[in-house]
Amino acid sequence: MLLTITTTATPATDLGFLLHKHPDRAQSFEQSFGTAHVFYPEATDERCTAALLLDVDAQALLRTRTSVSTPDFALAQYVNDRPYATSSLFTVALGRVLRSALRGDCKQRPELARTPLPLELRMPAVPCRGGADRVRSLFEPLGWTVEAEPVPLDPGLPGWGDSHYLSLTLTGTLRLSEALSHLYVLLPAMDGNKHYWVDRSEVDKLLRAGGLAVEAGEETPGSPASGEATGDGGETSADTGWLAGHPERAWIARRYLNRRDGYVRTALARLAEADDTAEEEGDDPGNEEAATEPSHEERGPSLAEQRAGAVMAVLRAENATSVIDLGCGSGQLLERLVDDHSLERITGVDVSVVNLERAHRRVCGGCGDGRKRHRPLFGDGAGGARARQEARTRRPELFVGSVVYRDGRFGGHDAAVLMEVVEHLDPSRLPAMEESVFGSARPRVVVVTTPNAEYNTHYEGLEDGSFRHSDHRFEWTRAEFTLWADRVAGEHGYRVRYLPVGPEHPATGAPTQMGVFTR
Amino acid sequence: MSGTERPERPETAEPRVLGVPEMGLVVLVGVSGSGKSTFAARHFAPTQVISSDHCRGVVSDDENDQSASADAFSLLHTVVDIRLRRGLLAVVDATNVQARARQELVRIAKANDVLSTAIVLDVPEALARERNRDRPDRDFGDHVIRRQRRDLKQSVRRLRREGFRKVHVLRGPEEIDAATIDLERAWPDRTELTGPFDIVGDVHGCRAELEELLGELGYEFSRDDQGRPVGARHPEGRTAVFVGDLVDRGPDSPGVLRLVMGMVADGDALCVPGNHENKLIRVLRGATARLTHGLAETMEQLAGESEEFRRRVLDFCDGLVSHLVLDGGRLVVAHAGLKEEYHGRASGRVRSFALYGETTGETDEYGLPVRLPWAREYRGGAAVVHGHTPMVKAEWFNNTLCLDTGCVFGGRLTALRYPERELVDVAAHRTWYEPARPLGGDSGKVTDTRPDTTVDITDVGVGDFQPGVAVDTAHGRVKASGDHTLAALEVMSRFSVDPRWLLYLPPTMAPAPTSTEPGLLEHPNEAFASFRGSGIGEVVCEEKHMGSRAVAVLCRDAAAAERRFVPGELGTVHTRTGRPFFNDPVLQAEVVDRLRDAVTEAGLWDRLGTDWVALDGEMLPWSAKARSLIREQYASVGAAARAALPAAGAALAAAAGRGVPVDDLVDGVARRTEQMEEFSRVYRRYSWDTDGVAGLRYAPFMVLASEGREYGDADHLWHMAVAERLAEVSGLVRSTRYRVVDTTDPDACASAADWWADMVATGGEGMVVKPVLGARARGRKGLAQPGLKVRGPEYLRIIYGPDYTDPERLAVLRERNLGRKSGLAMREHKLGLEALARHARSEPLWRVHEAVFAVLALESEPVDPRL
Repeated sequence: MLLTITTTATPATDLGFLLHKHPDRAQSFEQSFGTAHVFYPEATDERCTAALLLDVDAQALLRTRTSVSTPDFALAQYVNDRPYATSSLFTVALGRVLRSALRGDCKQRPELARTPLPLELRMPAVPCRGGADRVRSLFEPLGWTVEAEPVPLDPGLPGWGDSHYLSLTLTGTLRLSEALSHLYVLLPAMDGNKHYWVDRSEVDKLLRAGGLAVEAGEETPGSPASGEATGDGGETSADTGWLAGHPERAWIARRYLNRRDGYVRTALARLAEADDTAEEEGDDPGNEEAATEPSHEERGPSLAEQRAGAVMAVLRAENATSVIDLGCGSGQLLERLVDDHSLERITGVDVSVVNLERAHRRVCGGCGDGRKRHRPLFGDGAGGARARQEARTRRPELFVGSVVYRDGRFGGHDAAVLMEVVEHLDPSRLPAMEESVFGSARPRVVVVTTPNAEYNTHYEGLEDGSFRHSDHRFEWTRAEFTLWADRVAGEHGYRVRYLPVGPEHPATGAPTQMGVFTR
Repeated sequence: MSGTERPERPETAEPRVLGVPEMGLVVLVGVSGSGKSTFAARHFAPTQVISSDHCRGVVSDDENDQSASADAFSLLHTVVDIRLRRGLLAVVDATNVQARARQELVRIAKANDVLSTAIVLDVPEALARERNRDRPDRDFGDHVIRRQRRDLKQSVRRLRREGFRKVHVLRGPEEIDAATIDLERAWPDRTELTGPFDIVGDVHGCRAELEELLGELGYEFSRDDQGRPVGARHPEGRTAVFVGDLVDRGPDSPGVLRLVMGMVADGDALCVPGNHENKLIRVLRGATARLTHGLAETMEQLAGESEEFRRRVLDFCDGLVSHLVLDGGRLVVAHAGLKEEYHGRASGRVRSFALYGETTGETDEYGLPVRLPWAREYRGGAAVVHGHTPMVKAEWFNNTLCLDTGCVFGGRLTALRYPERELVDVAAHRTWYEPARPLGGDSGKVTDTRPDTTVDITDVGVGDFQPGVAVDTAHGRVKASGDHTLAALEVMSRFSVDPRWLLYLPPTMAPAPTSTEPGLLEHPNEAFASFRGSGIGEVVCEEKHMGSRAVAVLCRDAAAAERRFVPGELGTVHTRTGRPFFNDPVLQAEVVDRLRDAVTEAGLWDRLGTDWVALDGEMLPWSAKARSLIREQYASVGAAARAALPAAGAALAAAAGRGVPVDDLVDGVARRTEQMEEFSRVYRRYSWDTDGVAGLRYAPFMVLASEGREYGDADHLWHMAVAERLAEVSGLVRSTRYRVVDTTDPDACASAADWWADMVATGGEGMVVKPVLGARARGRKGLAQPGLKVRGPEYLRIIYGPDYTDPERLAVLRERNLGRKSGLAMREHKLGLEALARHARSEPLWRVHEAVFAVLALESEPVDPRL
């Protein structure tokens, strides 16, 4: 809700020219979601402070709901920190109220606008889940000195610790336009998972402010552009290339493009809320371990790549002619399967529509028309009978399914793959999966991979007894996996053999263990 | 050949009565001009008749356009196929004089397992010619009719061989005009018989045990001069139904036959054939067959009987109908069971299925055929009761029941009392015959004995390209859209407890209509008025605890858990979306144990006559489950405000000190600071520290179900009394304050409103108003809302925001629309009642799960979450 900008350049009151706001007046600017006020708590030749106070009108915020890209109807929309935090919504006001300053336009003092000034920026409540370290990693490379104090959560809830807000002070000698563009881009990036964009185009504007190219209509992060401003609204400053050279640019870009996964996602958010829990993380096996995997000096293929490679090798060795990837996630394995032209039929199944849409985008060259590159394939938006007909003949076939339900569509495949899937099931649901895959679908070959818990000791930062991914319900030792797999094989008339995947350690074995069931 | 098919008949014969199966194919055969359409119109409903001329018109706008014939017949065949699949009569009005034309029709009938009947209309050529000449649109030459007649003549002899079960030939216009149609019901169709029935499993010659069982069931015997039972009658008019395999292996197959044949002849029993009767027929007819599987014993025993008795046995067995559809279609009895599409049908493969079951052709390690799991796939509404596969115990499985408990192998002889669904059994007097494989298929190869643990993806509305779940409840059909179904699938698959524990998910609850009281959004008066308006006089007001919804399913012992839920556990506590309430399994188990102790202490097992019970209630404190939500959603807002407001205040004060006019802003910050404190007080109140079970409180407000019953009909005073009893004996359980209010008594309403006001003034969330009669209470327009919540004004700050009490905010909020929320609450309520009812009836897992799953799907629908 509050940002103060202080300079000690002489005369300090020239700040008024740069901001295009007179130091002796209080000015108000109506926004769709409230009112922005600019006033000066101090204004002397030695020291001048401008304050931008955003008075968010919760009711007005609601009126703009149709264009706010949040999980719609979520309670968070009605009770949230927007009126108090210096967050993404704040940057929208910043971009409008201090538009010229952000651009570096100043007719009266053109030289001053191009001159680095001693600046101090203060924000009392900046949401940042990464804490002070994250803020430093973002601002220090840009020449700021960072002072970040965590805000306590609630004096009435002793023992609950600090909140995810920081009281933030940035000091440094920078051009004002540059300083503002840093805030303009980095404040929303720090703002955690839930963005409250007023409009989708704001995303693109923000990216452009940092010199980041946005591919039209594509929702994957583009690579940082060379520094050429591409802005259409004249929002960008002349020197926006700073993001391209920022060591954290990939992280920053990802934060913008996070969580824009359409309708089913919001339905899931509602269910999580109904249950008094925060929204669930997506459950994509593809990205596990990335954070914890031990780094090797001469880095070979990642464990995920080795795992998919090992699965492919087994499928070839077993002469599989058709494969169903159960729990295909965002399509890591599917991508390889479709390249194998000896496979007559490939099917990907996942319980998450979000994952499946991602998998589709990964393996489909483009199926939509106009600006949309991909058609919605699942749920109510999935189009008419013809689209459905096409889906049957598509390679790979993709459908929403669950391994804990018996499913006739699993049948008719030579081989089934459960790659990093079983550990995402509660142990009490495993029998249902066994029945569905080994009892009912009964493919000739079943490949199961799962983490080897013994290997976890090699992961730095992974505490004893904790798992590699927050959604893992268990991680098995080799003995536990063997015990389970031998029993399942015996009950369903399969033979099973075991293979290590990844670098083997003499004491702990390989990071991933694989069971190949055949009958 | 029976009389109806004899080609020559005297001219003076009685008018012909043509038997035609009510469900099946009728093909009219006759040359152009033989009067088929007239005949069809006279005897059948227009919708039953599919004419090639009409089809030709449909596809070409010209009934005589012969070039459209291919398309016309394609349409005709499609319509016939659909009607037969749906169990309707299909009468084909086309010349059908060529074998090729009839072949396809017979194939379609066979594919649908129904009988085909041919009715041949044979008129003199001259008459046909004359009729055609009167019809200007029929301009084909006489040679056409001549050729058709030639084809017809050749056809008549061949019709039986082509697969027509009945062939009626009508010669000449008089006979055609005089003939009448007698619609015959399919043999298995005995839907008019409603019982009550006593269905008896495979007897296999165990006459003594059969006598004992029938005695146990209350039948009184009649005996012949040698004292042998030749009949048995139930004094209350019950009917015995035998599932077949009366004979072989056991000591007295003739005795069993004598008794059962007598009962059937007297109308005291029905009987379907088993595979053993089928083989006996062949041997009695003189066919050579290997006398295995106990047939040798039967032949030996029959050798001691008279020729006349053997003849009666042959006639009896030969006359048995493959299966019976009883009680308005709700009950099907077939020896080896029957899949749904075969119910009431007649064909070779239906009979074979009913006698032998579906087999893969493989044999297991004991040399016996491996059966396909038809019962696992069974989704029919009719209960299928059968025998054939010896089981250790008779258990319902997907609405099917196998009554063969291996009496002849030393097991038991079992009967099902229907509609009571009670099992009655007697032990075998000895092992009469050594089984080829262990009972119950311990080898694991008899797949249809697997426990009912798996639900099919199609049961929850996923599995084709049009996802969406639809449930027929006792109060109408409830549907959820595809997107919501898929969302529910993900949550159910990834997070829920084993579906066998899920007999209920709590429906959402609507708030009372919006109040007009100053400063208030909700007030008890509107809840009372709402119930009064729907014709409900007495309501109960229950204190609303601010915690997290928790359903507890508790078993008295391991046996109850294994029988009804999941082996190896003793209960569960789950959230409103079916997740385990506690992430820590040790704590979860401890809470279950403490609640089980409470039920034991309170003497509830005996009072409810059950060994398990399911409770609905609220687990306190809110922070036990919602700690992260409170932190993220509420406390964080407070933290940001407490950091930002003073800083803003200081900046504004400095500016004001410089003479900058910011007074309004200063006031605004002060007001917000105050509201934020009130806001924070609310969520703090519902947060306290817990350590394991210590600090937790469970406030049950409803007994959902126990063995064999659900409590939707119990009034809320009873539910509250049970909760109080539990609270008395357990420190974990907390009772709920409540009072009964007559909504037509203004004083009572006012006093209840005061009670509410006191409660919310001291930090209560509010209260819930429910019809006192319980969950199934009915109002003026049918099922009533199960409850309306009335939340306190302070509590609503965490729902509508710290500043919702500002007059202009309140004015907007009063416009809130409750219609969607109420509708959703009602739909979910219907599903909840349905799930409990299905579980109480011991319906298969998928039937219960379907309704529970649909609640979850509806919960993901977009409704204002503040309501």
